[in-house]
Amino acid sequence: MGLHKGHFRIISSGHYTPEHILSNRDLEKIVDTSDAWITSRTGIRERRIANGENTSDLALHAAQKALDKAAYDKSKIDLIIAATFTPELRSPGVAARVQAKLGLDKPGLLAFDVNAACTGFIFALNIAERLLKGGSYRSALVIGAEVISKVTDYRDRNTCVLFGDGAGALILEKDSKKEVFFNVSSRSDEDLILYVDQYINMNGPRVYQFASRVIESSIRELLQFGHFDMTGVHKIIPHQANMRIIESAAKALGVPLESFFVNIQKYGNTSAASIPIALDEMLEEETPLSGEKVLLVGFGAGLSYGACALTF
Amino acid sequence: MQDQLISLIAEELSVDKATITLDSDIQKDLGADSLDAIQLIMSIENAFGITVPESEIDHLKRVGDLLQYIKDHQ
Repeated sequence: MGLHKGHFRIISSGHYTPEHILSNRDLEKIVDTSDAWITSRTGIRERRIANGENTSDLALHAAQKALDKAAYDKSKIDLIIAATFTPELRSPGVAARVQAKLGLDKPGLLAFDVNAACTGFIFALNIAERLLKGGSYRSALVIGAEVISKVTDYRDRNTCVLFGDGAGALILEKDSKKEVFFNVSSRSDEDLILYVDQYINMNGPRVYQFASRVIESSIRELLQFGHFDMTGVHKIIPHQANMRIIESAAKALGVPLESFFVNIQKYGNTSAASIPIALDEMLEEETPLSGEKVLLVGFGAGLSYGACALTF
Repeated sequence: MQDQLISLIAEELSVDKATITLDSDIQKDLGADSLDAIQLIMSIENAFGITVPESEIDHLKRVGDLLQYIKDHQ
């Protein structure tokens, strides 16, 4: 069920964001908003927008960076999972496009997408862990990649300021010595408070309430399940949706805001890509001690949520 | 209970207690934005030991609505 203990080793990570920056000042020229309003309400100062690149291009760049960083032999990969709700094609998925672009054609390799909105990357990690443990797979490439600008209505000032494009990737290997704990779940959203048709539609206050509550509860449940506390936790990496959600969660958990790794000011909300981008940026800046845990926590449409404790 | 609620609202929204009445609209009269209003409801949940379902929050606009909700659910 939702609470689950598994094992894998993190081999490498990478992220990629498009070059083009859309700042709050740029948005002031498009919709009735202001830099001060966006910054105080969301913590976002700028976001990256893909220009001529699509989702699997971003995913490929992130994957390639993860491969290069560890000088990893890509032919070892036998599982590719991409978390996205913005694939460029209905089929094949982003994972299959990345497989093709990497030139991987090993018999038995499995590549598929997971659509669980902003929780997608946590769901993908959970599925990867189970396939590494129970299946014959040994090496997984898990990606979160989004080009949300394709489904953003730049006439809607309530949503267009929030989202950006990007991708992050992790390479994992089967390893029975490195514990990983999951708390993943889907809760039904009868009122459809967050959904995407042509564009993103959101009941902001209700999503805010759900998110603030679920960060706290999912982490508390995970700590209790895993019999560890915050003293062994290097950082919490939350889905980067809104700075105020993160502040509210820190207060509710009784931990300093500095316990959270935050890069929302640079990228906005990149949905399934936000956690792997933030994880890679954190690992570029700081190295957790051996045995320390890093908590990931995501929440989004569905309503879905997931927390995960990685062991370094 | 009314005093406790009004003190909490004054503190959460950084407004003068004297300006708050049961008829005050949290957003229109007390200057809260929609996320401040949710944050306030979450503080009320902690202070009064209640849980406000997500589907209820759209109906809690005025201070009097909040007070009535607390009385009905505590």
